[in-house]
Amino acid sequence: MTFLAELFGEYWAPVQTVTWTLVKIVAIVLPLMVAVAYLTLAERKVIGYMQVRIGPNRVGYWGLLQPVADGLKLLFKEIILPTASNKGLFFLGPILAIAPAFAAWAVIPFDATMVLADIDAGLLYILAMTSVAVYGVIIAGWASNSKYAFIGSLRSAAQIVSYEIAMGFTLVGVLMCANSLNLGKIVLGQAGGFWHWYFIPLFPLFVVYFISAVAETNRAPFDVAEGESEIVAGFHVEYSGMAFAVFFLAEYANMILVSMLAALMFLGGWLSPVPFIPDSFLWLLAKVAFLLFLFLWFRATFPRYRYDQIMRLGWKIFIPITLVWIVFVAAMMQTSLGYLFH
Amino acid sequence: MINSIKNTLGSLMLWELLKGMALTGRYFFSRKITIQYPEERTPQSNRFRGLHALRRYPNGEERCIACKLCEAVCPAMAITIESEQRDDNTRRTTRYDIDLTKCIFCGLCEESCPVDSIVETRIFDYHGEQRGDLLYTKEMLLAVGDKYEKQIAEDRAQDKTYR
Repeated sequence: MTFLAELFGEYWAPVQTVTWTLVKIVAIVLPLMVAVAYLTLAERKVIGYMQVRIGPNRVGYWGLLQPVADGLKLLFKEIILPTASNKGLFFLGPILAIAPAFAAWAVIPFDATMVLADIDAGLLYILAMTSVAVYGVIIAGWASNSKYAFIGSLRSAAQIVSYEIAMGFTLVGVLMCANSLNLGKIVLGQAGGFWHWYFIPLFPLFVVYFISAVAETNRAPFDVAEGESEIVAGFHVEYSGMAFAVFFLAEYANMILVSMLAALMFLGGWLSPVPFIPDSFLWLLAKVAFLLFLFLWFRATFPRYRYDQIMRLGWKIFIPITLVWIVFVAAMMQTSLGYLFH
Repeated sequence: MINSIKNTLGSLMLWELLKGMALTGRYFFSRKITIQYPEERTPQSNRFRGLHALRRYPNGEERCIACKLCEAVCPAMAITIESEQRDDNTRRTTRYDIDLTKCIFCGLCEESCPVDSIVETRIFDYHGEQRGDLLYTKEMLLAVGDKYEKQIAEDRAQDKTYR
């Protein structure tokens, strides 16, 4: 240590900070990658079980090595570059899709103290990051220079933009309750048992948030960005091998991210549901796992929406509901019942 | 009016969606019906129409008398037969080929056969690795018949009263 300190001299302190931050980033991203890999297995297992099948069970005990096998397969496949595509943008697409999905994790508090960047406007940062993700989709569809990819990316972009409005409004409701944009403070505002969690006073917003989250991540029943019978695989139709895998990873990382946000903002984050059990990071994991299970459950249950129905749901139902409920909450806060909403 | 209010409220409560999720939720815990193929197999009928075989009489004489009814009836024209007179003045095949890549496994050859010579066995998991591997000659078909004669005879005996 002292040798290193002498070597770097006056730069020792910043070097230490940077190294420590890098270690923390790895500590967040590595488990996240593993979670993404095993979410794909969980999805196949859960959907299989709901269809009275057993899902993958050949690679490793209970199919536990299946994600590894899938990953290796994709890794060794050729990345085909369409001749008519724009090379730079073609590879920028997947990067822009996955980078925000990981970057948003910087402000996620895993515990009262475990957070990489405890910034005051954490919620705004998250909103910004999830909004950038749509550019990955647009660029991928545009750079592929293929009509299927183009139409797929247009659909996906329109859908993400529409639902982002409803999602933004639900977050406004959370802001009003918590009086803070800092995610840690939002969680601590819900302290004191599950009846203090924001999903009770903001129940309509919670439902709207979660359904919008499903639409935002282009998951079934809102998965019109892909459609075998109409536009093949949608915006990533021209991608193969690892470039395709990156889109795949981004989709699942986004699922975990929005579930994490729902757990933090509506379900009390790492707080335990009853005061006499200690708060722990494990509570957060359990809540996220439950919400992710809902994602898979939806996919196994619902037939997909038609495109105009998706737009109708987003613009004519969710936005009015959120607006009405925000006004209702704001009005109630001015009355003697206001304590119910804090 | 009242109905439309009821409908609107009903869809706002997501009632039907919850009902759907309850259904899939129940199936999540139900017993799985997957058959794990190489280790487990589905029950087979004795009338199963799989790989072909040519049978022999118990004394070792081949049953086929080269009447060519199967060749004539085969809708996929997968059977090719050539015949000539043997030294004991009986007519026998010199060539009996079935192109299994053409065969549609309709079972008409078996039904048309007057001496129960050409039959379809229960074998369904065979494969070829090159072009021509699935072109079965007389020798190969007779070998299949010799190998599975016990099973073939049993299946035919079971079905006797219906034929």
